[in-house]
Amino acid sequence: MGKVEIDVAYVAHLARLELNDGEAEAFQGQLDGVLGHIAALGRLDLEGIEPTAHAAPIHNVFRADEPRESVPESDALANAPLAANGLFITPKIVE
Amino acid sequence: MSLPLESVAALRAQLRAGEIRPRDIVAAIRERVEAHNPALNAYVHTDWDAACAEADRADIALPLGGIPVAIKDVIAVRGQPCTCGSGILQGHRSIYDATVIRKLRGAGAIPAGRVNMDEFAMGSSNENSYYGPCRNPWDTSRAPGGSSGGSAAAVAGGLAVVALGSDTGGSIRQPASFCGCVGLKPTYGRVSRFGLVAFASSLDQIGPLAHNVEDAALILGAISGHDPSDCTSVDRPVPDFAASLEGGVKGLKFGVPKEYFIPGMDPAVERAVRGAIDHLAREGAEIIDISLPHTEYAIASYYIIAPAEASSNLARFDGVRYGHRAKDPADVIDCYARTRREGFGSEVKRRILLGTYVLSSGYYDAYYLRAQKVRTLIRRDFDRAFASCDAILTPTAPSPAFRLGEKLDDPISMYLGDVFTIAVNMAGTCGISVPCGFADEGGGRLPIGLQIIGRPFGESTILRAAHHYERTTPWHRERPPI
Repeated sequence: MGKVEIDVAYVAHLARLELNDGEAEAFQGQLDGVLGHIAALGRLDLEGIEPTAHAAPIHNVFRADEPRESVPESDALANAPLAANGLFITPKIVE
Repeated sequence: MSLPLESVAALRAQLRAGEIRPRDIVAAIRERVEAHNPALNAYVHTDWDAACAEADRADIALPLGGIPVAIKDVIAVRGQPCTCGSGILQGHRSIYDATVIRKLRGAGAIPAGRVNMDEFAMGSSNENSYYGPCRNPWDTSRAPGGSSGGSAAAVAGGLAVVALGSDTGGSIRQPASFCGCVGLKPTYGRVSRFGLVAFASSLDQIGPLAHNVEDAALILGAISGHDPSDCTSVDRPVPDFAASLEGGVKGLKFGVPKEYFIPGMDPAVERAVRGAIDHLAREGAEIIDISLPHTEYAIASYYIIAPAEASSNLARFDGVRYGHRAKDPADVIDCYARTRREGFGSEVKRRILLGTYVLSSGYYDAYYLRAQKVRTLIRRDFDRAFASCDAILTPTAPSPAFRLGEKLDDPISMYLGDVFTIAVNMAGTCGISVPCGFADEGGGRLPIGLQIIGRPFGESTILRAAHHYERTTPWHRERPPI
């Protein structure tokens, strides 16, 4: 974890996040600073240490595979920006 | 009408004696909110008619019968707005109740009003809110803390009896410290997250903010327990927290970690917390020095794990199923990218970028995997410490409430303010903040919080210690000058 530089425009594209004018420059400096701080983790010897994904003493959770009530269609669509015929309307994705 | 809004027990006694009705409590809160919310901006949505109607149906025989609870704007209540303090969810109404809401209602409580927060719970000052900052009732030029700033300001300002908040890196305890109330983050898995809009799923927990430890215990008891709808909720018995408050601190052993008294911390905070430790020793507790050696790495690893999880969780805000959508998109990618530009605020964008970066191809091992390993070391620190003590005493925050605007353009300085709370989330254990004194600042007084950290599922012990501390000190009786 040496010197890092984040390519804000590229990462924003990966995140499907357009930025406002001036944001890319402001974030560049701020995120470089945060990554500089994070680089402190490079000082630790982590050989042989297992990662912790979450703290709960739980590994797998199963339930019986039985049908049960779900969200009614009208509720699922209630907050949709655009909907018709029981469907979410999206921009065209297939030519 | 003036009611004892600072005590669930006192209100319950009046309700049971037939002196007041639940709707009188709602009316008293409404009066306080109408008088003081313009200055505090603690509530972002209220529906007093609905709250009164629900109050009239409340069964006062139940443990929280007739008690209104202010709800952080990140927890779903069917039919009510749930906007997470964000522009992207303007107009959104929940289509179901969170498990904590179902449980509160089952105990007779009334979800009444939605309170302000940093957008998607990302922040330590409540300044990252679409609705503008909430203000600290002790000094309205200062931050109430965050992200549950509205919950803390509403309780401390007397605009709520109790409130629910959520805590991912300190978001219940730090605002409780800044506003002078009690705030408890339960052990990860103690309380269901179903219906809590996810920020960092491996760290988030819902918990109470209250005027006193007993009220926090009552709310915690009502919302705890296994929930099949949250696969990280733990199936183990819920103790009667309110019944375990008595017993004092004699025979309890408290550890004081040297890493939590650092250069640069506010001298008033150090004085107050050292004073609280001495007080507990005089009350019969044993105090020992301990070390949590990886404390200095907690923030760095948190700011990998939390943004990584957030960038994944917030991918769902794409303008298709709910929330804002950009007008006249050229194609679907333009729709996503512009919707998110228009809907999210700066801090959320910063964290999405950071999270996307640390998870991106070629960087995963260097950042996310490494941070998860550091997380193991942080957990081991706590495991070792709890082998020799029952609970850990620390400051909740390194300073009292800072001024609004003071840290807004300096994310690192803002992030470092969470230095004493973040490790508790990383280790997945529980912690409570209780008022332990004041700092004199420019003619006014600002509250300071003592944090008591417990073993995983050791809420009873920290509640008992906090209750004894509260009962033998005057701090919780102080009221802000509003």
